[in-house]
Amino acid sequence: MKVVLSVNGADHHIDVEPRLTLLDALRDALRLTGAHAGCEHGVCGACTVLIDGRPARACLMFAAQADGLSITTIEGLASVPGELSLLQDAFCETHAMQCGYCTPGMILSAHALLREDPAPSREKIIDAISGNICRCTGYGQIVEAIELAARRLAGANQKEGAA
Amino acid sequence: MSAPPKSFRYVSSDRRVREDRRFVVGKGRYIGDLAAEGMLHVALVASQHPAARIISVDASRALALPGVHAVVDGAELAAAVEPLMNGLDTPHVRRYPLAVGATRYMGEWVAAVVADTRALAEDAAELVEVEYEPLPFVLDPEEAYKPDSVPVHPAHGSNVLLDRVFNWGEVDTHFADSARELSFRVVWGRNSTVPLETFGVLAQWDPWGGVLDVRASIQMPKYADQIARALRLPMNGVRVHHDVDVGGSYGVKRGIKHTVLAGYLSRKLSRPVRLIEDRLENMRSGDAHGPDRSFDISVAFNQDGVVNSMKMRALDNAGAYAGRAPFQLGKPIGAIVGPYRIKSVRYHAISVTTNKAVEEAVRGFGQSPTNYAIETMMDRVAEACGLDRVEVRRRNLVRADEFPWLIPSGTRYDSGDYHALIDKTLAHVGWDALMAERDALRAQGLLAGIGIAACLEPSGGNSSFEPLLNPKNTTTTWMESCRVNIDALGCVNVAIHTTSSGQGHETLAATAVGEALEIDPDLIRVARPDSLSSLPGNSPVGSRMAIMLGGAAFHAANKLKAKMIAIAAKRLGCAPEAASYHEGSVSFGGQTLAWQQIVEIAHRHYHELPSGFEPGLEASHIMQTPTGEALPTADGRVQMYPCHSFEFHVVLVAIDPELGKPELRRYVIGHDCGTVINPHIVKGMTLGGIAHGIGAALLEEFVYDADGQMMSQTFMDYLMPSSKEVPRVEIVHQCTPSPLTVFGQKGSGESGYLGAPAAVSGAINDATSPLGLRFEKLPIRIAALSDAVARARLQEGKQT
Amino acid sequence: MKAASFEYSRPETVEEACWQLSRDDDARLIAGGQTLVPMMAMRLARPTRLIDIGRIPALSFIREEDGAQLVIGAMTRQADAEREPSIAAAAPLLARALPWVGHAATRSRGTIGGSIANADPAAEIPLALATLGGSVIARTERETLIIAVEDFFLGPMTTALPPTAVLIEARFPIWGQRRIGAAFLEISARAGDFAYVSAAAQVALDDDGRCLACTVGIGGATPVPRRLAAVAALVGSAISESRARDAAAAEIAGIEIMTDPHASTAYRRRVAITLAARAILAARDEAMTNEARR
Repeated sequence: MKVVLSVNGADHHIDVEPRLTLLDALRDALRLTGAHAGCEHGVCGACTVLIDGRPARACLMFAAQADGLSITTIEGLASVPGELSLLQDAFCETHAMQCGYCTPGMILSAHALLREDPAPSREKIIDAISGNICRCTGYGQIVEAIELAARRLAGANQKEGAA
Repeated sequence: MSAPPKSFRYVSSDRRVREDRRFVVGKGRYIGDLAAEGMLHVALVASQHPAARIISVDASRALALPGVHAVVDGAELAAAVEPLMNGLDTPHVRRYPLAVGATRYMGEWVAAVVADTRALAEDAAELVEVEYEPLPFVLDPEEAYKPDSVPVHPAHGSNVLLDRVFNWGEVDTHFADSARELSFRVVWGRNSTVPLETFGVLAQWDPWGGVLDVRASIQMPKYADQIARALRLPMNGVRVHHDVDVGGSYGVKRGIKHTVLAGYLSRKLSRPVRLIEDRLENMRSGDAHGPDRSFDISVAFNQDGVVNSMKMRALDNAGAYAGRAPFQLGKPIGAIVGPYRIKSVRYHAISVTTNKAVEEAVRGFGQSPTNYAIETMMDRVAEACGLDRVEVRRRNLVRADEFPWLIPSGTRYDSGDYHALIDKTLAHVGWDALMAERDALRAQGLLAGIGIAACLEPSGGNSSFEPLLNPKNTTTTWMESCRVNIDALGCVNVAIHTTSSGQGHETLAATAVGEALEIDPDLIRVARPDSLSSLPGNSPVGSRMAIMLGGAAFHAANKLKAKMIAIAAKRLGCAPEAASYHEGSVSFGGQTLAWQQIVEIAHRHYHELPSGFEPGLEASHIMQTPTGEALPTADGRVQMYPCHSFEFHVVLVAIDPELGKPELRRYVIGHDCGTVINPHIVKGMTLGGIAHGIGAALLEEFVYDADGQMMSQTFMDYLMPSSKEVPRVEIVHQCTPSPLTVFGQKGSGESGYLGAPAAVSGAINDATSPLGLRFEKLPIRIAALSDAVARARLQEGKQT
Repeated sequence: MKAASFEYSRPETVEEACWQLSRDDDARLIAGGQTLVPMMAMRLARPTRLIDIGRIPALSFIREEDGAQLVIGAMTRQADAEREPSIAAAAPLLARALPWVGHAATRSRGTIGGSIANADPAAEIPLALATLGGSVIARTERETLIIAVEDFFLGPMTTALPPTAVLIEARFPIWGQRRIGAAFLEISARAGDFAYVSAAAQVALDDDGRCLACTVGIGGATPVPRRLAAVAALVGSAISESRARDAAAAEIAGIEIMTDPHASTAYRRRVAITLAARAILAARDEAMTNEARR
């Protein structure tokens, strides 16, 4: 069946079986392989994308259900090829990953949090990423990255050296 | 080797891990991201019986489905491939990727379906009809150990894969001479490090070139060797691509059975074949479960808490096939006494087969369960003597002036200052204040306890446990290699010969080479040639890469530096020893030759090269594990790993006595891994290891019911710590360099994991000891904790 | 883990959805899909057709009726409900329950109606509905059904919804007292997991702190969420810790409690009593500090 997926601002017309999940549609039909399959039953969060700005598990939707919805994947975060968003850069600064498999989903969950709350408490950060399992880092450097990004966002557009 | 320099240019400095950049933009290259023209997909047909004879396999309905290319069963496979290798000398325990004649655990793969898509392959797999005759089965390792037990492999005669007693030192005398003695049992439940990415392999057979290209989510030594052996190919008919990103491994990604199967299918069909486990296949049949082990310990000690001798019986349930699991009883021999000056040990190591899934190498290779047993022992000794647990450890720890320290089983610990790290950690913790906090929590009506664990991370990885447990195996070589090349325009290229699963090896190698050549590591490109273009290596196991890859890279770079000095010296008209090298330039007598000039001579001015020099600037180094030269002695003593990091955990736990859910209120770890090459990488390993350890202590278990059904097949039942289950961890650093390594570095790939289960268990036991409770099996579940507390309170006459 | 094949349709009206449902015995509705899709991935559910009600505008709403009922359309996303101020004001118990439902990423797609129709014994939204004594409206081709919550949940994953019915809306009674407090407590191995035991309470106090109304329910312990009748005894006087606990214990001691490998009957019974008592007290404490927000 024909489905229109609106991903990172561009419309893609694909023809897929109804049983194709949004995750598999993104990865296989659109070759956007940043969203990952970790469990395919909606627990680990490696497949996290944003739908209408909110984190959602792409393995828990069929592509047909996502027809016409606004989807953001990790590939849509950096403004220009070769550059990193402020949040992506913060993740590099604190080494908030090791194997990288949970990372796109983790960053998107953090991105959604910071859009809704630019100055989240540590507790709120921990809650926001509690649906994204990481087996490598123990979460410490991930929380640090999000805190760092929040601080940098707060200081953006200010003269250097300002509090 | 003299003491390494104390200050470094790049080693230990705050540098970004270069691999991170591709991961944050979603440009990792995992197996699931790789496709090949004409690629086919695989799904597996699994047995639902713990043990059964295969009467027939009828694939006719499956093959009739459009898009299905083949259905292969064990009978076909066994005729075409060699059985997978065992570590021990157990030739009658034969293992193939698909069950042959009989299935031996619930979930074992019986047939493989190959189709145009994974979904079609699953559709077809449902249509394969297998007729089984259920057979008797055994799940309990003590039962399996008995001579009259149902043998999982009748041809082997029993379920015993390994049954060996080691006697190191005068155990009986020390027991007789000791004032006190106690015994106990602890059980490490079956769990694993369960990476977020399942195992996957893409195999492509080129019939005209005669090469099998293999890309896999792999962390395995001797991978290409074993593929070649099983598929009856020459080893140079197998090309393993190392430039695949592996989504976590922590030991377990050893998918040799998946690879041999995919390789066979690719050759059969002359098409690329990709096999990626789904989560169900991974959990029940991926053969990546970890140690499943009971420890019976007797310890002889003095009234002052000094431990003289220890007897340890370790019984491990290896599952249905031999694999590498039994060696996980051998590696801990290299630190069998922990960080303590115990004089003698009797170690009885038993590995048995049962009708459970197969055990594979897990982070630490058996050391974490062993540390759990040893640290429980130290807590019990303290309790029996009425002494403080930290004080008892202080009295038993090897002292800083005693290194290198030889332990009864033959390993020398290279260096350490355990007492200083404990002091530093407790000072940071504020030990008295922590005790007061515990007591205040108790006064509020909570159960509260402090747990401690002191343990070693043997690192450097050799294979000494192989000849130790299998005398037919005389392997002492366990190498790693690195090639450094400076190209015609003066850029540095480094080749490493392994896959990585997040350990930052590219960053590690560039840092080591940059340190040697005194140039910015960020200018250095690191590549991973495939196995046909690689020098020998043994993959990132045994916490070895900081030592071995760091060492090989450093030595290769130094060889290159020596060449550059010699080339420059000839132009400068001096002996090489007289010239001085500084940040890529070479000087003598007021004259300096710059990097670019040396490169030009090397690549273009053959007439200026010293006699006998080859053109270009290239050097490689294949490094053997430091200290690993000898085979074990007859009584089973051998130098296991060369270097020993040390960690000391302090955990404060609070438990609502009604709800039974432990809350980790404070977590501090003192950590000494010698010189730290990249602080971010080491920090990540430690924090991640602690998270794994919390999972093992409180949450994670592969549960089998009485009918042999594995109940923990999804992430709804196998529970892994989220951000809410891992507390903020405070790390206290110390650096006691190793005298055996180029920078003084020791390993840290297992840090945190090796001591966290012991510390968390100790905290819960401290919390519940006022009620007279003991928890002696991991994981400690909240309902069981609460039920035990309720029973104890009932007995005490309190209302629940 | 790929689902078995199915047909897919997306009706634009409830009538169309009912019609499609009645034409195929093995067709199923899909709302948020957070429970259905993993079942399909594991091939434990194999509908021949999925009827996607996700774009029916008439099913997504939140409104108050006569100041007495808070009515929520079945397709209302849990995340939208979580952020809706009128729910916090009109049905505070539901507002307390919502953050416990799964994780943020499942609440962004999961629906109020989907959770109720799924009827997991450990689910939070059904417990809130049962505790407040609400009701459910469903539509078939021929009729509109109004089902009180006491008649709705029949057993684990089993409701009184006819196979051809579409759940339209859920109705939560609004309390009119001035001082109201609510609490929701849950215990599980990890945050966000299915509850071993949960407890929900809503309390109204008069100006002197005496209880005017009290409702308590427990989830995860019984086949369906259970409203505790015994707490009626708390009405008319101040709520003390011992009276709250006695009321909870009196009833919970005698009912049949579930068991599974994760948590025993004994555990669930003990913890149900503890959490019910704590929920009552927390609701009371909130009522003490709250004036009317309406």
